[in-house]
Amino acid sequence: MATIEGAMLDFRQLDQLAAGDTSIHRLDARAKVLVVLVFIVTVVSFGRYELSAMVPFFLFPVAVVVLADLPAGFIARKVALVIPFAAAIGIFNPLFDREIQLYLGSVAVSGGWLSCASIVLRAALTVTAAVILVAVTGFTAVCEALERLGMPHPLAVQLLFMHRYLFVLADAAARASRARELRAFGTRGMGIGPFASMAGHLLLKSWERAERIHMAMLARGFQGTFHLQRSSGFGLPELSFLLSWTGLFMILRFTNIPLGIGHAVTAFFNAGRLVP
Amino acid sequence: MHMADALVSPAVGGVMWAVSAGAVAYSSAQLRTDTDERRIPLMGVMGAFLFAAQMINFSIPGTGSSGHLGGGLLLAILLGPHAALLAITGVLIVQALFFADGGLLALGCNIFNMGVIPAFLVYPLVYKKLAGQRPAGTRLSFAVIVSAVLTLQLGPFAVVLETLFSGLSALPFSTFLLLMQPVHLAIGLVEGVVTAAIVSFVYLARPELMHAGLPSAAPVAYPLRNLVVGFLCAAILTGGVVSLIASKDPDGLEWAITRVAGTAELKAPDNRWHTWLAGLQETASFLPDYAFKHPAVAEPQSPASRAAETAGTSLAGIVGVMITLLLLMLGGALLKRVRATA
Repeated sequence: MATIEGAMLDFRQLDQLAAGDTSIHRLDARAKVLVVLVFIVTVVSFGRYELSAMVPFFLFPVAVVVLADLPAGFIARKVALVIPFAAAIGIFNPLFDREIQLYLGSVAVSGGWLSCASIVLRAALTVTAAVILVAVTGFTAVCEALERLGMPHPLAVQLLFMHRYLFVLADAAARASRARELRAFGTRGMGIGPFASMAGHLLLKSWERAERIHMAMLARGFQGTFHLQRSSGFGLPELSFLLSWTGLFMILRFTNIPLGIGHAVTAFFNAGRLVP
Repeated sequence: MHMADALVSPAVGGVMWAVSAGAVAYSSAQLRTDTDERRIPLMGVMGAFLFAAQMINFSIPGTGSSGHLGGGLLLAILLGPHAALLAITGVLIVQALFFADGGLLALGCNIFNMGVIPAFLVYPLVYKKLAGQRPAGTRLSFAVIVSAVLTLQLGPFAVVLETLFSGLSALPFSTFLLLMQPVHLAIGLVEGVVTAAIVSFVYLARPELMHAGLPSAAPVAYPLRNLVVGFLCAAILTGGVVSLIASKDPDGLEWAITRVAGTAELKAPDNRWHTWLAGLQETASFLPDYAFKHPAVAEPQSPASRAAETAGTSLAGIVGVMITLLLLMLGGALLKRVRATA
């Protein structure tokens, strides 16, 4: 989160991608949420030294990016920004796990490097899955799907409120923060005192806004529930989407396809070298 | 302090999901019975506030670096634990989905570390005791700072345990602990000072808001159940630590956890599942006759042939990965072209 404006711009952009109209966009949000959950759990269930078997899982993000016509560069940039944070703990692995696991020619690779690479690969896969889920579904629909999958109603309503006022409050915070930066001549922070009164003012403003909003909603007959357009149902396309991806994930989980390809290719070259 | 999916195993993620889902469901049920209807919109807007406030940095005195507010404790003080947990959960869901801070599987861990701990362990058991009935002044600040430090010690401790049980990081327990706890002691102190400053600001400006979190009708709003849950969590954590100190053997650790948590039925199929998967993985991918094995080498146990085997396997793995990636990129590009022309 470099600047508040930049972060919110990214946020909005990601949410707006969900306005697309492709076969993936049209699917019921529940199917997409479930497939992404299965995807994440499957990827994460690999062993700590597993590397090659995870690579085919990129099939899912690649397929969704193409089928849903998402900007691949934007998604990749968003993912690339986050991976270092996930890898921060994995980077200690090479220090502590020095047992040699494999040889690449004369170079010995320790288990620590393998598991570190494995963590980075997992991070790339899981983060991509979460980002494309929002990009093809949209936040409101994800919340709705979660509610229909059993999330408690107050949390769902709270999430929708939050999403609605996030932009308003982030704008307020960005204005206040910029005003402070201008007065501080480029210093990013200004100590805890000014921060506290700034945050306090933002808090009171938000609180009063919440009360006004709620009164206005009550005046218009708000009964405590959001009425959402719920046109989509869980039909045959959703079922086949869910089952086919889940099936594919299971196949990829239990067979190491890259290793198989590699063996076939190296065996072919080897045979070519030995036989003539 | 966000945990990423990449560092969580399905077992740990699933257990923490269950724990956090229970806490969220309990809080939701409590709020449904709440007569004060302003709560839910207020929670939404407060979630948005916390989100916005986390984006504003403040400088940390004497270090030249800047930090931002965590806010779990602040919301618990202002909204009460149930509403605060839902607001924090909302913030975490948005962060997981839009900013990839944490992830969907790690969401349970993150809700527990940053929501359940401040709202259900620290707020009722420490803050309320220290602050008393009508908190104000130095006593209020003291209570806030102590609670924030405690929150930011328990949270990272939970992160350490969750990472350790997931088994993806090779960091030894004590090293990881020494890495996390002192850093978070400083962060907790700063968070405490900031939270205390905001709370006193609100107290001066709108003192009546400060009691929104205090249930007015029922003075004892924390039934025995909360205490029992808290002690259960503490017992699980202590069990984990004690067994870790007692033995480095991960099996002993698992044994202790299942004993303390009493979830032997839950763990057992998981272990079988894991070993079964491992076995399957082995038979599927490390068939010895796939590797470069020279027929001349009769003794398969000799180090040279083992090295040759692993070399063959790893070479095959790398070649295969390259080809798979190439195929994926080609396939994607091709599909894109087909879609564009269609």
